[in-house]
Amino acid sequence: MNSRIPILKIGSFLLASIQVELDDELAVSLQEDLTQAITKHGAKGVLIDVSSMEIIDSFIGRVLGNVAACSRILDAVTVVVGMRPAVAITLVEMGVGLHGIRTALNVDRGLALLREATERPAAG
Amino acid sequence: MSNGLMTAKILREEKDELEAEWLESLSEVGIRRPELLPDAELRQQCEEVLGLLAEAAEGDLADYEPSNSADARELLAEISHSRVRVGVSPRENTRFILTLKRPLFRRLFDRAEGTEELSEEVWLANQVLDRLALLIVESYQTSRESVISRQQEELLELSTPVVKLWNGVVALPLIGTLDSSRTQVVMETLLERIVSTGADTAILDITGVSTVDTLVAQHLLKTVEAARLMGADCIISGIRPQIAQTIVQLGLDLSSVTTKASLADAFAYVLERRADDAAYLDPGTLETDD
Repeated sequence: MNSRIPILKIGSFLLASIQVELDDELAVSLQEDLTQAITKHGAKGVLIDVSSMEIIDSFIGRVLGNVAACSRILDAVTVVVGMRPAVAITLVEMGVGLHGIRTALNVDRGLALLREATERPAAG
Repeated sequence: MSNGLMTAKILREEKDELEAEWLESLSEVGIRRPELLPDAELRQQCEEVLGLLAEAAEGDLADYEPSNSADARELLAEISHSRVRVGVSPRENTRFILTLKRPLFRRLFDRAEGTEELSEEVWLANQVLDRLALLIVESYQTSRESVISRQQEELLELSTPVVKLWNGVVALPLIGTLDSSRTQVVMETLLERIVSTGADTAILDITGVSTVDTLVAQHLLKTVEAARLMGADCIISGIRPQIAQTIVQLGLDLSSVTTKASLADAFAYVLERRADDAAYLDPGTLETDD
């Protein structure tokens, strides 16, 4: 419980960049922190940067899915960005498809995707 | 009675003479070819084989089985490998060992001419060398196979070219038969290239693929899925009518994948989809954000 993943606020979006090895406990606390932060800031989108992660196991995969589900309920879009090829292959092989989660190549693209996703309904 | 005592004795005591005569026999039968294998190396190999036999002669030669000895296997593998590399035929490679018979038998005759033990000794020496010859055939084969499998791997890497079609669009035209190991390489290369080029769309073109079975289709689906996890869209194009029928007959669900008839269609679709984003209409000057 000593370390936590920092959550940064960028406009109406939140960015959580995972730079350390994510163990189960930390993953669960990230989920809690993120849902709290969404309500607190009224965030419209969440970016989770996994580009430094070399291992994503099925549990972390499920936590990511949960975060997406929670934020959807709280009216925010979740984008997982920067997944490495090896990680993607492993997840697919394990059958963890992360369905319902949006993905992008990097934070930049992820931000663009979020803007697009959050602006469109307002315009329409 | 003799149990190979004389052969053993010769192998132990007359190593140097045997070696010299062996080399001579090799040049007589025309397989001492310094242009392929340097003489020094050949000499070394002869010496090592004789050393191996001398060591074996310490025990019971009748029971000597070289394929059970790690030293023998290693030595013969090394010898075969040095020959495979320069393109020596398997016949010549085996003959290298068999040529040792002549000097060895001659020595046996010299010692045991006219005695009862001679035939027994010759038979035993013959057996030992034959076993060694069989082993060298095997190691030649193994060496050749390893060369072939290495070439296969190289071919595999050559056969997956990922080309950049447009800014942010890569295509991977697949040609030939897709098997599991190849689809694996395809998947890895494509994903690596998506990262290195920062492409957000990938087109898998399977026009040149003649057959698709369940396993291959599964792999293609996995590739599409993995690309999606990384944040790139994957389009499959060029599915032949027969393949489409196979896919339907196999009951595979491709509904989650965008498919287009040809690479051109897929490309047009990609461009159209990003038509509202003017920056993307530029074929390549836009800086990829990395």
